[in-house]
Amino acid sequence: MDLIAVMAVEFLYAVASLVLISAGLAVVFGMMRVINLAHGEFMILGGYVTITAVNLGVNVFIAMVIIAPLAVALIGVVVERLVIRHLYGRLVDTMLATWGLSLFFIGLVTVIFGNTTTGISTPIPGFAIGDYRINGYSFFIILVAVLLLAAMAVILRTTRFGLIARGTMARPDIAAALGHETERIYMATFAVGSALSGLAGAVLAPLVGLVPGSGAAYIAKAFITVIAGGPQLLAGLMSSATFFGVVNQLFTFTISPVIGEVALLVAAVILLRMLPRGITGRFFRERSS
Amino acid sequence: MMAAAAVPIALLLPYVIDTYTLTVLAIYAMLALSLGLVWGYGGILCFGQAAFFGLGAYGYAVGAINIGESTIAMVVAVAASAAFAAILGAMMFYGRLGDVYLAIITLVVTLILYRFMSSTAGDAYVIGKARLGGFNGIPGFPTLHVPGDPSAYIWGDALYYLCAAILVLVLILVKLLLSSGFGRIAVGIRENETRMSLLGYDVRARKTLLFTIGAAVAALAGALFANWGEIVTPRLFGLTQSAEIIIWCIVGGFGTRLGPVLGAASMGYLKFLLGQQSLIDNTLVMGLILILVVLFLPRGLVPALAGLWDAAWQRVPARRVQRRRRDLV
Amino acid sequence: MSDIVLETSGLSRHFGGVAALDNVDFSLRARELRCLIGPNGAGKSTFFNCLTGLLRPSDGHIFMRGEETTGWPVHRIASLGVGIKTQVPSVMDGLTVRENIWLSASRHHRQTDHAERRTDEIIARLSLGPISHNLLGRLAHGERQQVEFGLVMTGDPWLVLLDEPAAGMSPEDMVRISEILRELNDTAAMIIVEHDMQFIRSIASRITVFHQGRVLVEDDVERVMSNPTVRDVYLGRTA
Ligand SMILES: Nc1ncnc2c1ncn2[C@@H]1O[C@H](COP(=O)(O)OP(=O)(O)OP(=O)(O)O)[C@@H](O)[C@H]1O
Ligand SMILES: [Mg+2]
Repeated sequence: MDLIAVMAVEFLYAVASLVLISAGLAVVFGMMRVINLAHGEFMILGGYVTITAVNLGVNVFIAMVIIAPLAVALIGVVVERLVIRHLYGRLVDTMLATWGLSLFFIGLVTVIFGNTTTGISTPIPGFAIGDYRINGYSFFIILVAVLLLAAMAVILRTTRFGLIARGTMARPDIAAALGHETERIYMATFAVGSALSGLAGAVLAPLVGLVPGSGAAYIAKAFITVIAGGPQLLAGLMSSATFFGVVNQLFTFTISPVIGEVALLVAAVILLRMLPRGITGRFFRERSS
Repeated sequence: MMAAAAVPIALLLPYVIDTYTLTVLAIYAMLALSLGLVWGYGGILCFGQAAFFGLGAYGYAVGAINIGESTIAMVVAVAASAAFAAILGAMMFYGRLGDVYLAIITLVVTLILYRFMSSTAGDAYVIGKARLGGFNGIPGFPTLHVPGDPSAYIWGDALYYLCAAILVLVLILVKLLLSSGFGRIAVGIRENETRMSLLGYDVRARKTLLFTIGAAVAALAGALFANWGEIVTPRLFGLTQSAEIIIWCIVGGFGTRLGPVLGAASMGYLKFLLGQQSLIDNTLVMGLILILVVLFLPRGLVPALAGLWDAAWQRVPARRVQRRRRDLV
Repeated sequence: MSDIVLETSGLSRHFGGVAALDNVDFSLRARELRCLIGPNGAGKSTFFNCLTGLLRPSDGHIFMRGEETTGWPVHRIASLGVGIKTQVPSVMDGLTVRENIWLSASRHHRQTDHAERRTDEIIARLSLGPISHNLLGRLAHGERQQVEFGLVMTGDPWLVLLDEPAAGMSPEDMVRISEILRELNDTAAMIIVEHDMQFIRSIASRITVFHQGRVLVEDDVERVMSNPTVRDVYLGRTA
């Protein structure tokens, strides 16, 4: 019984962290058809901002939920203005340039923080269920993911930005019809996406020690969750996060955490092979015709 | 012509740069050439060429430990990596995945290998007599020797001349391949896949074959790299390694044979120079170069210089292309 | 009848809930020239793409020279000796005219000198000599269309499938194209999807009219033109 409770929490946590990891990438890719290979580094920047703020004496929750997203959004805007906006419509070139950004940020973080593990302690203590210990912080991650999904749902349904976003995601060609507004919308989208990445990196930071290369671990997961999800932003995010989260945890429990990660990636390759348009439909047009 | 020029250059370079560094530059050049072939001429956006490089290196190390000899180990390394590429390629091309999926899947496969190899510490992970060794990799395998004479090791200057000779040979083979029917058809497929299948060409089989050839060349480079470094580690599969190969090719210029070779040699040397100081971070510089080249010199140095040369001599402009801008379709 | 080279039975293709092609029975004799017409969205291209293998039919069968080709990949169908031109012009833009034609020639002539000779022949026949070393991407629309015809005829097909070959052509281009078509028709059966009635008249043939994914009428040009139902369908489109 206790074991089931613990496992349920672990599964939920796995799904929630995938939602968090992928949300920023999903927004940017869904609306702008930009695959941001620096997504993982945006996340660890969020983590480093949090750690720095905490070391400066800021409350850890304020650092994670407010300061980190804002700081990374700012970085995102700078990146969008300097690099991304010159490459709209050139998907492969954007991937390459953002890969360059990824290396650049890895280098930058190495220069500033050194090539060592930096971390902060988990702000919520663990507790025991029967014989098992459970990480209290997992609940916080789950809570943040749920709130994030709810907020996204509300924004998509009720605001003008949400309306435009839904339109663009359903019909990419509509973006052209937005005329001169496109620039501003893209910039705003990229800022929002970056903020989400920053938030994710920040709230996950206490669980994992940060090294400059940590981002690589996130990018693959975020990638496959987004692509496998398909064009329905929320439904896609939730369904593929659930699928991959469960696969990951099953193998983690039965074999080992590393095999869990490998299983997740292998599942992704197989899923893409079987459902080339993602779980919720078509992202990319079919190859021929 | 290029091969003819390459021989004196290869012979003269040791007077300028030490052969230890030159060896690795030649290996990088070979690795870049493999991606140049697959991406530049075949239009296959492979983001994970490092996978085949790493498999070649591991294949050699494992083979050499088990066989106790280097010649067959080289063959094993190349064959294993090529077989892996053939299976992966068939899965992707017969599944008619779009370019971007292909990029992502190749990248993810590289990451899987990285994760997996990093986790192979312990006695459970052995292939024959070889322990995979997890994050620390496999040290201490027999290195290259003269075929038939396991005591006559090839190292130092000799290893450089061997690598340079293999590079020249690969260059010649790639040139022959590209001017053959197979190569010209591959370029046709890069230009318009649907049209080529409407003409009756089996695009899937041809792409799989080209992908496999590219992987074999990368594996050859990997096996030589194992000999140069005398250790193989999971870092060979790392994202940085994958990125670097693409950076070499983009800086030099896809769609040329010279571009990737020069790109790899120059970027590799730059990396070496950066490695000798601690002020500027190597990764940071590589990232910056990639961004700047994509933004300002998307065709790469060699085609750009060729364009200038032609303009100066008022010749017909060099062939446009070579990196595909066609996105998802 | 033994001289039927192409036959479909019950051919259907759905996109989601839309039946773009609905139970089409169709047959074509050797060296017959058949035009497919119908308003936009009638299913002509869908039918065409099912024949070429670019689309997989949801239901039904396709036979070419007695062999069932349903669900075959494009390259296998093309390799039977079927020449294909799709609605969107499709050529190798980054290569020269000569390289384009060569790629088609080398599919049918394994020996290099044969392929070269065939390439020269086609270039001469289409009078592409002066532009044979130009990149396709730099040529005018009409010239690119012509090269595409070159790609089709290089393989000496016995069946030629053309989707809107006259689209966007100048009157002079049209004259030249209909000459090429007539020449091809000496040895090949042909299906041409076309909107341009004048063009269709100039190559006079039997016509199959598509409407909402089905075959509406199949008859000679003149009788189709005077058919009131066909008029309604077309007027319905323009209204
Ligand atoms: N890939 C597709 N996905 C969804 N619907 C499609 C697709 N291709 C065609 N259709 C639909 O199938 C129907 C038939 O289209 P088709 O292209 O065959 O018409 P057509 O007769 O060739 O028209 P046109 O004269 O405009 O070329 C149309 O309603 C079209 O919207
Ligand atoms: Mg049509």
